[in-house]
Amino acid sequence: MMKRNGAITGTLVALTRAFGNALVSEQIARHCGLLQALDPRVRVIGLFTLLLAATLSRRLAVVVALFVIAVLLALLSQVNFKSLAIRVWLVVFLFTGVIAFPALFLTPGDPIVTSRTGTLQITAQGVTTGLLLIARVETAVTLTVLLVLTTPWMHILKSLRAFGVPQEVAMMLAMTHRYIFLLAQTAGQMFESRQSRTVGVLDRPAQRRMTTRTGGVLLSKSVELSNDVFLAMQSRGFRGDARVLSEFHMRSWDYVGLLAFLLVGAIAVWVGRS
Amino acid sequence: MHIPDGYLSPSTCAVLYAAAGVGWYGALRRLKRAFMTRLIPLISVFAAFSFVLMMFNLPLPGGTTGHAIGVTIAAIVLGPSGAILAISIAIAIQALFFGDGGITTLGANCFNMAIVGSLVAYATYRVVAARAAITSRRRVVAAATAGYLAANAAAFVAAIEFGIQPIFFHDARGVPLYAPYPLSIAIPAMMIGHLAVAGIAEAVIAAGLVAYLQVADPSLLRSTCGLPVGASSTPEVVLQRSLRKLWVTVALFMLLTPLGILAGGTAWGEWSANQVNAATSWKEVSATGQNQAASSAAPDGLRRLSSLWTAPIPNYAPEFVKRPSFGYLLSAMFGVGLLMAFSLLLQRFLRSRRTAGHR
Repeated sequence: MMKRNGAITGTLVALTRAFGNALVSEQIARHCGLLQALDPRVRVIGLFTLLLAATLSRRLAVVVALFVIAVLLALLSQVNFKSLAIRVWLVVFLFTGVIAFPALFLTPGDPIVTSRTGTLQITAQGVTTGLLLIARVETAVTLTVLLVLTTPWMHILKSLRAFGVPQEVAMMLAMTHRYIFLLAQTAGQMFESRQSRTVGVLDRPAQRRMTTRTGGVLLSKSVELSNDVFLAMQSRGFRGDARVLSEFHMRSWDYVGLLAFLLVGAIAVWVGRS
Repeated sequence: MHIPDGYLSPSTCAVLYAAAGVGWYGALRRLKRAFMTRLIPLISVFAAFSFVLMMFNLPLPGGTTGHAIGVTIAAIVLGPSGAILAISIAIAIQALFFGDGGITTLGANCFNMAIVGSLVAYATYRVVAARAAITSRRRVVAAATAGYLAANAAAFVAAIEFGIQPIFFHDARGVPLYAPYPLSIAIPAMMIGHLAVAGIAEAVIAAGLVAYLQVADPSLLRSTCGLPVGASSTPEVVLQRSLRKLWVTVALFMLLTPLGILAGGTAWGEWSANQVNAATSWKEVSATGQNQAASSAAPDGLRRLSSLWTAPIPNYAPEFVKRPSFGYLLSAMFGVGLLMAFSLLLQRFLRSRRTAGHR
């Protein structure tokens, strides 16, 4: 299947995967876990504080400690550990590992291993920087994924609005999110219908032409859709102002959670400052 | 090109958030002034389109595949302000909803792809396309060039961001705290892939989409084409514009005609019978004719035929004009006028014949 018109199949796989990820995210966000029990604004501030602490920290041990905290939060929030390990940690490790590996040899410093010919040497500084980079990226991505998985998109938007993001931007984010799935579905159907009507294998230039034409049709459809949406908004009295209903109420548990996040973040920054 | 969290220092992230903030603010203000209520659905749907476009697997020459950013087509259809917002929104959703690209590096990613990418794409497209007609092939070439340069400019800025990390952010032992490679490694490492693959992907998708829109929906290309509204692509307008250019060129050449009198002597093979008779001229004839033996008189045929027709303005020098340069200029104007009159008569004749044929 993948060999036959591989690029088209690849696009279909990417579109389907996006749907799958979004579905998983919505399902996990409905679970009753530790993070889900907190006010979305506390989740956004708290996880962002930990993310910032991981980025600011200069000590490997502190970054690793923050990673452990992120893993504990994932377990307590009923996020699938296996899925997290395969989809996030392994992918990030491979991607960042490839980037970090040459740093072992290229970073100048005190040699700890030297090749027989003496041309290659691994330095202590190289090992530290490689490990620090991998640990920091793993921690940061885990915290971001935790926020994405445990918070419905609309709650993230409402939280952003509460933090002063302009309402036009919040509206655009909300609408874009909604239409991504519609356009992804449309694009998927176009590719699928073409694939099902194609006998044999398209050569690469033909696949390229087909992909760009599908993009063109999708663009025309997008502009038509935006016109329809605009007319619908106008007919409902839209004059450029938008009001977002806010149902968020801070409870004592939320304050405790917020305090805990801020405390952990502050300690991590303090301990990891040098 | 999406920089994940952890690769850039917090100070770099803060500076790039501020830079992106300036871009967002400027774009939002400009668009608000233009069409506030139309803005939200248009930018949103276009952001969604760019997002989906980034998922397209594009087969590239050489057997590889690539993904476009979609910034070029956004800049061509929406203009730079619209593209900055649409691509920023798409990047924000990738980071906040799909976990692709970092949150602390969101400002950097938006700065590189949405702001630098949009501005480079728009400027290149406008410069290369100039005032070509909407349906001109030149616009396809302009879109491809814009796509290639935009993707590579964005990658180059990202490479600089990576490359300055070990210079500014390292501990006392010299351990780089963030991206570990200096500019000498970061720039080639980043640029090779973008020059060879990602830039081509962006160029192919931008050119393909512009070519498609030229046929299917040219109105989408009109807002950034740089041509007056409502008078952009009709064949008459294109013809008129070409004719205007032609007249300017003809006028310029007419002004330059006196340059012809700067050169001494006579053009080879253009001698009159009198010139051939003159001893000095014959030396010239002899020299340019591979030292052929001199003759005392002009050839009979030349003498006989040269008297058949006497030109009203011989040697581009009307008798009533004293200055040769002015004579040249006047002759050029006269010649062009004659040609115009002839072409107008011919045009009228052909048109009348066509009209008679239709009846």
